[in-house]
Amino acid sequence: METALILTGLGSVFFASAPIVFAVIGETIAERAGVINLSINGMILLSAMGGFVVSFQTGSLFAGFLTGALIGALVAFIVAFSSITLKQSQVAVGFVLALTCRDLAYFLGNDYMGKGGPRLPAWDLPVLSDIPIVGPIFFHQDLITYISFLMIFLSWLWIFRTRPGLMLQGIGERPASAYVRGANVNLMRYAYTVLGGAIAGLAGPAYSLSVKAGWNGTISGLDGFGWIALAITIFGGWNPLRGAFGAYLFGLLQWLGLVLQPSLPNVPSQVLQVAPFPLMILTLFLVNIGSTEWVERTLAAMPESSRRFLTRALRALRASPPASLGVPFERE
Amino acid sequence: MKVELRGIHKYFGVNHANDDITLTIPSGTIQGILGENGAGKSTLMKILSGFIHADSGEVLLDGKSVVIESPAVAIHDGIGMLHQDPLDFPPMRVIDNFMLGQKGGLFPNRVRAARDLRRLQKEFDFDIDPENYVDSLTVGERQQLEIMRLLYLGARVFILDEPTTGISAAQKDKLFETLKKFREQAITVIFVSHKLEDVEKLCDQVAVLRQGKLVGAMDKPFNQKKLVEMMFGKEVPLGTKQTVCQDRTVLNLDRVSIEGMRLKIKDIDFHICEGEVVGLAGMEGSGQDLFLRACAGLIRTVGGVVKVNDRDLTGKSYHTYKKHGVEFLPAARLEQALAPGLTLAEHFILAEKQTGVFINHERGRRLAEERIKTFNIKGAPVSPVESLSGGNQQRTLLSLLRHPLSLVLVEHPTRGLDIESVVYIWGKLKERCKQGAAIVFMSSDLDEILQYSDRVLVFYNGRISHPFDANKTNVQQLGELIGGKGWDE
Repeated sequence: METALILTGLGSVFFASAPIVFAVIGETIAERAGVINLSINGMILLSAMGGFVVSFQTGSLFAGFLTGALIGALVAFIVAFSSITLKQSQVAVGFVLALTCRDLAYFLGNDYMGKGGPRLPAWDLPVLSDIPIVGPIFFHQDLITYISFLMIFLSWLWIFRTRPGLMLQGIGERPASAYVRGANVNLMRYAYTVLGGAIAGLAGPAYSLSVKAGWNGTISGLDGFGWIALAITIFGGWNPLRGAFGAYLFGLLQWLGLVLQPSLPNVPSQVLQVAPFPLMILTLFLVNIGSTEWVERTLAAMPESSRRFLTRALRALRASPPASLGVPFERE
Repeated sequence: MKVELRGIHKYFGVNHANDDITLTIPSGTIQGILGENGAGKSTLMKILSGFIHADSGEVLLDGKSVVIESPAVAIHDGIGMLHQDPLDFPPMRVIDNFMLGQKGGLFPNRVRAARDLRRLQKEFDFDIDPENYVDSLTVGERQQLEIMRLLYLGARVFILDEPTTGISAAQKDKLFETLKKFREQAITVIFVSHKLEDVEKLCDQVAVLRQGKLVGAMDKPFNQKKLVEMMFGKEVPLGTKQTVCQDRTVLNLDRVSIEGMRLKIKDIDFHICEGEVVGLAGMEGSGQDLFLRACAGLIRTVGGVVKVNDRDLTGKSYHTYKKHGVEFLPAARLEQALAPGLTLAEHFILAEKQTGVFINHERGRRLAEERIKTFNIKGAPVSPVESLSGGNQQRTLLSLLRHPLSLVLVEHPTRGLDIESVVYIWGKLKERCKQGAAIVFMSSDLDEILQYSDRVLVFYNGRISHPFDANKTNVQQLGELIGGKGWDE
């Protein structure tokens, strides 16, 4: 009984983390191309509201998710247009959009507050859900959670294993070199920013039509997801696998905070609620420790064989942002 | 591949950067392009490699007229350009760099790419680990990777822009060997440089550009005097050497040890007298940079005693060293020595003793005008430093040095500069020597070291040779030491 409860709990971590996973993957793709989409926190609220309202009116869940993706794509297009074509500061534009979209979501969604609406049904995958341990954790979910799993794998495959993905990495690292190798840098940046926006836009409906169905305005509990996703994108070293790991780690820490509360009566509940944040920072520190000077010095003193191994291991862990992140590209 | 340029014109505003350039390069030739900075070499090469378009004129490859729309089209037509700072992706792996930009299916075949890369390495005797990251390679190795990549993409014409800048002597030899192999494969090489020795050593024919015009061409054997004349329109003296060594010791290192990230140098004993010039030779990263920074107080020495003008400055900060007349000119002029975004005038104001709260712009302008004149800087008081050419940035740095000075430490004093600037800069440095300053400099150019220093130290993997008298040693001896030969265990 106890085990079953834990397994269900772990399953709920993957379920509840799906919105952050979408946001992280969308942001990772845009930033890989060199564009920071800082608007996602507000954009997710807007797409959550929009997705719920459309779905409520039409009765179609698919239309709801589509709306979310379209809102994400549209907001990302504004970011892309102002930063690539107008060469404005991505940070400033993104930040203003984040605030605007949030307020717009609260304003437009006012009439739908607290209304009961459609909700994505759970769907146990046949055969797979019967596997012990793995089944209850991964395959007693709903469709959008399965899509989030698939999305992690597909985006990783695209970025690191395909030819266009290799070029995507190049565009973010050094657009001048990518240009020489035949890439239409600005067109690709548009495409990936909008695509990333659409994926991140799924985070909204994944919340308002699945994780916590309905629209509750300021008490939806969704505000802040986008900011966390931005941090996790960095933690993930712009790699969807690591990013997803970060998203799940964060979900797990939050879940543990809830579960452990009864068994740790002496610890104020606020501590457990806040704990995930410093823990994330600590992880970030450990991941990037390889680039500090004292570690390099210590390594330099070690014998050749172990040094080589450790240097490589730390180098692989280290996450350095795409070098041209936030920098507009201009050919001569 | 035969390359023909016919009547190429290019204007930038009123500046006629390329003025009716016509040049024919037969297949399998190594063509040198000589010229001062700003002579129009880069413009011409950018036109040929598709970065910019000519206003008029024609490019023919093997007799066929081509329109080179972009660098991607250029490589499709068989023209590959190796940029001075190789256009690669430093944080990515070698193999990914190699594959990036190749045509093919959705999923590239890494195994096959790695095999092809290894085969190419074998052919040219290169040794780069495909799984290594590009930012851990030297500039020379990154060049080798780019050469193999372009060759793999089918380049039949290679344009090399100042390729010998920033690479070691051994890597340079290897590069030249590779380019000579290209000749046998009927691959045409266009070698852009302002280093006469390199051009003489490598090229079959040379064209000289001056102020946008093709002013002359020459086949082997070259007449150096004539080439210099064509480049500058007048004869430039190549500088003379003189020793004004007096007895007073300026800098004294007694059993000093330095620890860098990857390198340790132990028990250095060294001294330099007033007016003396000491050159530091060695491969990039053999410890010369650490040595210079330790002498400047930029990194802390681990053991031993450092004395400047008989004052013990061991473990003191850079500012204390500065107070005692030590100046350091780093190789990264723009990044570490100047402040990009500030104008010349603002630099001179900053270098002055600060008085009052408000900036005296009038004084700054006057100072700048005066220094621009004395140091022959091509720029105006209001020019931002980053708009100046490398040579003029170095002149600016020299003009910022205070009076009097005891010790000037210079990293690559003339790297990337044209001959006129080289001669000028050394003239100014030698002037400082006559006034009593000692100079320690590092360079990857052995000729420069032999020509200008009184004594030479060779660095190899954190070890330092005994000082050689520059008059009694030669390129051969130094070259062997740099390559690791002749060090006793």
